[in-house]
Amino acid sequence: MALYSEKVMEHFRHPRNVGVIEDASGVGEVGNAKCGDIMKMYLKIEDDTVVDAKFETFGCGSAIASSSMATELIIGKPLSDVAKLTNKAVAEALDGLPAYKMHCSVLAEEAIQSALEDYYGKHPEKRPQA
Amino acid sequence: MKIYADNAATTKMSPAAIRAMMSCLEETYGNPSSLYALGQEAKETLEKARAAIAAVINAEPQEIIITSGGSEADNQALRSAALAGKKKGKTHLISTAFEHHAVLHTLKKLEDEGFAVTLLPVHENGLVRLEEVAAAIREDTCLVSVMTANNEIGTVQPIGEIGALCREKGVTFHTDAVQAVGHLPLDVKAQQIDMLSASAHKFHGPKGVGFLYVRKGVPLTNLIEGGAQERGKRAGTENVAAAVSMAAALKETAGSMAETEARLRPLRDRLIAGLGEIPHSALNGDAVHRLPGNVNFCFEGIEGESLLLLLDDRGICASSGSACTSGSLDPSHVLLAIGRVHDVAHGSLRLTLGEDATEEQVDYIIQNVKEVVEYLRSFSPIWRDLTSGKAAFIL
Repeated sequence: MALYSEKVMEHFRHPRNVGVIEDASGVGEVGNAKCGDIMKMYLKIEDDTVVDAKFETFGCGSAIASSSMATELIIGKPLSDVAKLTNKAVAEALDGLPAYKMHCSVLAEEAIQSALEDYYGKHPEKRPQA
Repeated sequence: MKIYADNAATTKMSPAAIRAMMSCLEETYGNPSSLYALGQEAKETLEKARAAIAAVINAEPQEIIITSGGSEADNQALRSAALAGKKKGKTHLISTAFEHHAVLHTLKKLEDEGFAVTLLPVHENGLVRLEEVAAAIREDTCLVSVMTANNEIGTVQPIGEIGALCREKGVTFHTDAVQAVGHLPLDVKAQQIDMLSASAHKFHGPKGVGFLYVRKGVPLTNLIEGGAQERGKRAGTENVAAAVSMAAALKETAGSMAETEARLRPLRDRLIAGLGEIPHSALNGDAVHRLPGNVNFCFEGIEGESLLLLLDDRGICASSGSACTSGSLDPSHVLLAIGRVHDVAHGSLRLTLGEDATEEQVDYIIQNVKEVVEYLRSFSPIWRDLTSGKAAFIL
């Protein structure tokens, strides 16, 4: 019995979309070094759609895998879908996370929502009306 | 290349230990309490094992209680000293901030039960200061418990000096020697040790067995009540095969202690020098007063668990004091006790070499740790902040 699912290990060993978007439309950073996890998410948004996403992560294997999977789940998606991305969806796409690692998927969700907030903060007119 | 560099976690059983166990399981299976020949044969085998264990630390055979391991030995030692102290109105216990949890959590329990506990600092070098032990001893102190060698950073404490001090002050002295027995010379008489805990699987014996040395005359309290085994101090039919296997392993490991140390020290120092070339890294614990095979580093800007997983992919088994590997939100209490801040403590790596380590393996470890640390830093937001000047380096 391995610590993580094959999917988690695959994303951990070969993370997708690692890096920085210099002219990102929105950037979100969550977590803190004290707890041992920091996720930074960069989004490139065009026509209300995430056209590119990149991440930098300081953290454990599942934090890196969650960041990687989260970027895959949102690239090409309209902002209305991205806003609805949950940590559960990230964890499920990774074929599950150990219970005590679920907070890694929460960080991924929060990093994306934080980047979206950053974008809406700069472009209030784009914010969907409740 | 496959390298097992986590010998502080556990060791591979030696062929001699396996043979001793198998022979006992197959042939000497009697109950040592039975009076017929098969039982008495088991009794004799057990007592021979006890004598062999005692000889290694210069104790008397009847001063050795076989336990289920180091944790049980620690629990029994602390509880016994606390109870004996309480009977005399002495309810103060002294230990250190970086003990194993088997000691720290027992002390916490005792504190809840009304005992007073002083945990001494271990400073940046991971060493207890004799004068601070002396200053902490009070009229009502009933126990000083200081580990011989730390399980994470490998620092070796001045046990003989602390023993002499405690004897002079009339305070019982216990040492958790789980990481030291078989690896460092120990002499309970010369070092004036009253109680000592050990675990077989740290010196190539089986898991689930260890021992507690208790100097003759030092009162012992049972954790397990029942039959009269182990001088009535630890009930339950003896695990003869495990005890015999432990004795075989200890004899062998302790027998080659000097050669092992002479071989390992230079390899350890080569590993320390190699890893020290990684920018913004630091050795944890004193470089000299440490176990011959122990190396423990912090690397700024990375997290330990991902480091371990990637090293595992490259065939290297190691461990870390990061929160993710400790199963809690906080990194290792040992690293915090020597003053490492959380941010840095998460990026720790412990490598503990075995007797068969080679220079080639050490160089392979250095090369691979360098590559993995560099890779993880390449997409660490903390590292970006540090290198861009947004945050200040700690190491």
